[in-house]
Amino acid sequence: MIDLKAKSACEGLLPIEIGGVKLSEVAPAEMTLIAPYRGKEAALAKAFGGRWPAAGETASVEGGVLVWFGRAQAMLIGTAAPTTLAKFAAVTEQSDAWARVLLEGAGARDVLARLTPLDIRDTAFAVGQTARTELFHMQVSITRVSKDAWQIIGFRSMAGTLVHDLQRAMKGVAARAI
Amino acid sequence: MRIACPLCGERDLREFTYKGAALALAYPSEAASAQEWDDYLHNRDNPAGPTRELWYHGSGCTSWLVVTRNTVTHEILAVELAENAEEASA
Amino acid sequence: MRIAGKGLINRKKPVSFTFDGTVYSGFEGDTLASALLANGVKLMARSFKYHRPRGVLTAGSEEPNALVTIGNGASQDPNVRATVQEIYEGLEARSQNRWPSLAHDVMAVNDLGAPFLGAGFYYKTFMWPKAFWEKLYEPVIRRAAGLGALSGAAVTDKYERAYAHCDVLVIGAGPTGLMAALTAAEAGVDVILAEEDSVLGGRLLSESGEIDGVPARDWAEATVARLQGMANVRIMTRTSVTGAYDGGTYGALERVGHHGVVAADLPKECFWRIAAKRAVLAAGALERPVAFQNNDRPGIMLASAVRSYVNRWNVAPGKAVAVFGNNDSAHDTAADLLAAGVHVSALIDSRPDATTDLPVPFYAGAHVCGSEGRKALEAVSISRASGIDKVQADCLAMSGGWNPTLHLTCHMSGRPDWDEAIAAFVPRAGMVPGMIAAGACNGVFSTAACLGEGAGAALAALDGLGVEAEMPALPAAEARDYRISPLWAVPGKGRAWLDFQNDVSVKDVKQAAVENFRSVEHMKRYTTQGMATDQGKNSNVGALAVLADATGRGIPETGTTTYRPPFQPVAIAAMAAGSEDKGFAPERLTTSHELTVKAGAPMIEAGLWYRPSYFPRSGETTWRQSCDREVMHVRQAVGVADVSTLGKIDIKGPDAGALLDFLYTNMFSTLKVGRVRYGLMLREDGHVMDDGTTARLAEDHFVMTTTTAAAGQVMSHMELITQGVKRKLDVRFTSVTEHWAQFAVAGPKSRELLNGLLDAPIDGESWPFMACGDVSVGGVKARLFRISFSGEQAYELAVPSRYGEALFAELRKRAEGLGGGVYGMEALNVLRIEKGFITHGEIDGRMTAFDIGMQGMMSKKKDFYGKGAAARPGLLDDERPQLVGLKPVGVVKQITAGAHLYKDGAEAVRENDQGYVTSVGFSPEMGSFLGLAFLKGGRARHGETVRMVDAMRGVETTCEVCHPVFLDPEGERARD
Repeated sequence: MIDLKAKSACEGLLPIEIGGVKLSEVAPAEMTLIAPYRGKEAALAKAFGGRWPAAGETASVEGGVLVWFGRAQAMLIGTAAPTTLAKFAAVTEQSDAWARVLLEGAGARDVLARLTPLDIRDTAFAVGQTARTELFHMQVSITRVSKDAWQIIGFRSMAGTLVHDLQRAMKGVAARAI
Repeated sequence: MRIACPLCGERDLREFTYKGAALALAYPSEAASAQEWDDYLHNRDNPAGPTRELWYHGSGCTSWLVVTRNTVTHEILAVELAENAEEASA
Repeated sequence: MRIAGKGLINRKKPVSFTFDGTVYSGFEGDTLASALLANGVKLMARSFKYHRPRGVLTAGSEEPNALVTIGNGASQDPNVRATVQEIYEGLEARSQNRWPSLAHDVMAVNDLGAPFLGAGFYYKTFMWPKAFWEKLYEPVIRRAAGLGALSGAAVTDKYERAYAHCDVLVIGAGPTGLMAALTAAEAGVDVILAEEDSVLGGRLLSESGEIDGVPARDWAEATVARLQGMANVRIMTRTSVTGAYDGGTYGALERVGHHGVVAADLPKECFWRIAAKRAVLAAGALERPVAFQNNDRPGIMLASAVRSYVNRWNVAPGKAVAVFGNNDSAHDTAADLLAAGVHVSALIDSRPDATTDLPVPFYAGAHVCGSEGRKALEAVSISRASGIDKVQADCLAMSGGWNPTLHLTCHMSGRPDWDEAIAAFVPRAGMVPGMIAAGACNGVFSTAACLGEGAGAALAALDGLGVEAEMPALPAAEARDYRISPLWAVPGKGRAWLDFQNDVSVKDVKQAAVENFRSVEHMKRYTTQGMATDQGKNSNVGALAVLADATGRGIPETGTTTYRPPFQPVAIAAMAAGSEDKGFAPERLTTSHELTVKAGAPMIEAGLWYRPSYFPRSGETTWRQSCDREVMHVRQAVGVADVSTLGKIDIKGPDAGALLDFLYTNMFSTLKVGRVRYGLMLREDGHVMDDGTTARLAEDHFVMTTTTAAAGQVMSHMELITQGVKRKLDVRFTSVTEHWAQFAVAGPKSRELLNGLLDAPIDGESWPFMACGDVSVGGVKARLFRISFSGEQAYELAVPSRYGEALFAELRKRAEGLGGGVYGMEALNVLRIEKGFITHGEIDGRMTAFDIGMQGMMSKKKDFYGKGAAARPGLLDDERPQLVGLKPVGVVKQITAGAHLYKDGAEAVRENDQGYVTSVGFSPEMGSFLGLAFLKGGRARHGETVRMVDAMRGVETTCEVCHPVFLDPEGERARD
């Protein structure tokens, strides 16, 4: 039997640190997209102990987190989806579909402001909130995981561009601080 | 221009793409006449005033939206999910 | 000449810079203009058209004359306003539009020809002979007239784009803006205060009054300090708000790296998009010049500029300054000059009833009607009832009154109102929803009134936000009425300049009126008044007043030209920042990308994806050799290609089959689990949108494949169908393109290759053609599809992307071991052409299922999207272009894509056009070029010969029309 070696989306690209802002790849974890069927929203929420995220929200569940991921769907990250969910929802494994990075540091918000039209002020985007939006030319998912840390999920195939665009913004922000 | 997506909140125009009149949702039945097809595909009003348009929040939640917009003032009067719009067919 | 005083320069920090190669010294805080004036340099530029010597007119961003070039080479910036450019150690500035030097400009000869060069000169003169325009006239005119030049080199400087959001955006930080920002900020909302200057305070920095008993400048400084201490306030200096757009969006240009030696990575400029729920426009007002004969000599400047140079930069713009105006600003200027110890040689007020207590020679009811001097002002002529007096002056401060800076209020098609009392246009309320104009830009000029308007506008903005706040106590300040008597142009002979930047005189505007260019928009275009970098900020109102007079109308009836964004010049590099090089578009790379590039494969773009063209081997000198070999690998052994770029959409739910039945023209709900079917998808208008295969993995689970190019389109199309057209369907879908790395394994030895690789072997019976299902590779759960885009026995094997690179390497090694190898897009293309398989070369948006010979796939048993439209008679016409194959049978054995088809013997003209070639490949197996083409009524014309003409490449041949499937028409190989 052959042995296929696994490679992560940002292997060889990250981590980088510029001007106190750090960009790193989040260790690969299980990612499962869960989209409830019609009329099954309540049953699905119940399966997660009532913690199904509303639009723009995240919800901690056992072993992982549910990140609202667009219209009528959420991404379960960090743990496998219970097989029983298939009764209520389309459950699709996507662990390999995404490049998942963490942008952190005091200047991280300024870096993001170079790339996303999203309103990321404290008053508009608190810790735990999430959004599907644009990062320069790309559609991404952005979640504020702590005061100065932001998780960005982009298409795996665009990992190089994701890093390129963030790096460019990081350099510009860092240069202003000098 | 900013559009208040019912799911995502107010967002910059660049997250959306424009499709055309919301009439595109009113897909004719199989039995529709040639005239009905013609109206559905080609004939559009061009009002100076409120108009109903179909927008796609492709860089956001991927909802299709019906945006009621005044073509004179550019004011956006209402935004609703296409699935709730009066034009939507079965 | 530098004078004593407490300006905003740091005398402890001298700064040296060069202008036209000469080294000068200024102080930190100086602009290039103030530093040059301090050094006695008055000649700073040559005018656009007549190359007249010009000095600085203003002290702000509206400067029309003193445009210079900063820097060298790729980072050279032309048309930088000397009044905006801050000096720094080592700054290199050069004058523009002169040769050989600023002092001795050969092109100044234009000025002598001025009687012939008036308005419309170019239009009238260079019309004939027509052919001369492009070759002779235009190049000569362009060389003679103009502003600064671009370097011609690609920009190497960094530029940036960014977004900001706030509750209240305050535009301008003079007394109005500071008061507005403070009032809003104290109510707790998020405030952005944007100021184009490097220092906050606006006119308070240049004037001498007091606020709350302290010098106004100190009040400004204290207020700024308060604002800086508030967490909800963001102060953006050197940031000019350039445009107001729909929905409370504002464009703003920040000068980031223009005021110092730029560190690596520091952007020169940042273009901001600010989303503000409310905005207060506190942009102030711009003083306007008065037109009189030769009012453009270096040394003649606006009174407000003189006050700025004296008070802010401690520069005396002359040894003997004359002051001329039609309003009280002239008197204030004279007072400030006297206070600074500068000699005032005359104060001329056009108002007959004006009086003054100032100890200066005073002329009431008089006009300055002319000036003398060569490259600098030496004297002015004053006309009054008793005659003409000549007064020595090396500087003239003029004030024709003030124009509210209302440009932004007009950016959404609004028009201003004429206010007779202040002889100026004022903004109409509500022209930009959510924006309130306040203070001087609203036509209110006293400091006290500005402070009140600023606070009032902030309260109105807060009210709009639903925030309650009370009117703050307003600081005490000067509350004098503004008194003005209109004076646009002093009567007299000679040229009186209205638009300094474009050399437009009173005579030119009158000439336009005579020639019936009565509309202000026509006059502007005929005379070029109001164009270029200052966009007529100094001249619009004056010019239209002259036009109104010349056409016997009032100013309100004459109206203004349209103010459009941007308010200040914005470099395209700033607007497009980040989009250069790899920032142009995202690059989508497959998991095999690195190994593919390493193998030397040239990459081609397929949408955003990068795919290999071919994989060269040693000894191969042309791409065709590689391509032919790769094709034969697939036909005779086994080839491997990365097909991950094709869109893959995972569809689940009770109505998954029903959705597919509606999306595709053919039936999918009847497809057996474990089987794959080819499908065709139409747009609402009945034309083909996309094609591909869909596999049924379980009763309620399908995986659809789209073409690489249409993946996004199909996805949004499916969203539209399920959200708006068939919204009751209980089905969910998501893209899994990125999750799977998928490889085609094609050729007679494909099964042999897989059986050495899969954890459990497969055979032809359990995996017949169009079968699909789960397999295991090295313990990794994978999917196998027995589908073929080459016509050979073939499979597509998909593994989670993390294993893509490893699997590609393994497949490649095994294929080579079996006498095959990897293949690229060129070979893939030949393989599919041989089989007559279509791509978007064929289904280009204009084709129907009927046209491509797939009308049989349009189910009669069910409705599908586009069915009704596809049934329209015109789309089923026998004369429509239909897909055919082409083989060269003439002397020339080449077919070229894009070539057009004509009947044998017919002339190759549009009227005779019969169709065109869409795809071409050379088939090594058949030893011939093969083409796919669309030919009028082509299906009935197999066997006919047609003429193929490629006018672009100069290729012509005769082709035989044939069935589009060239190879193995029964499809036996794929089923093997």
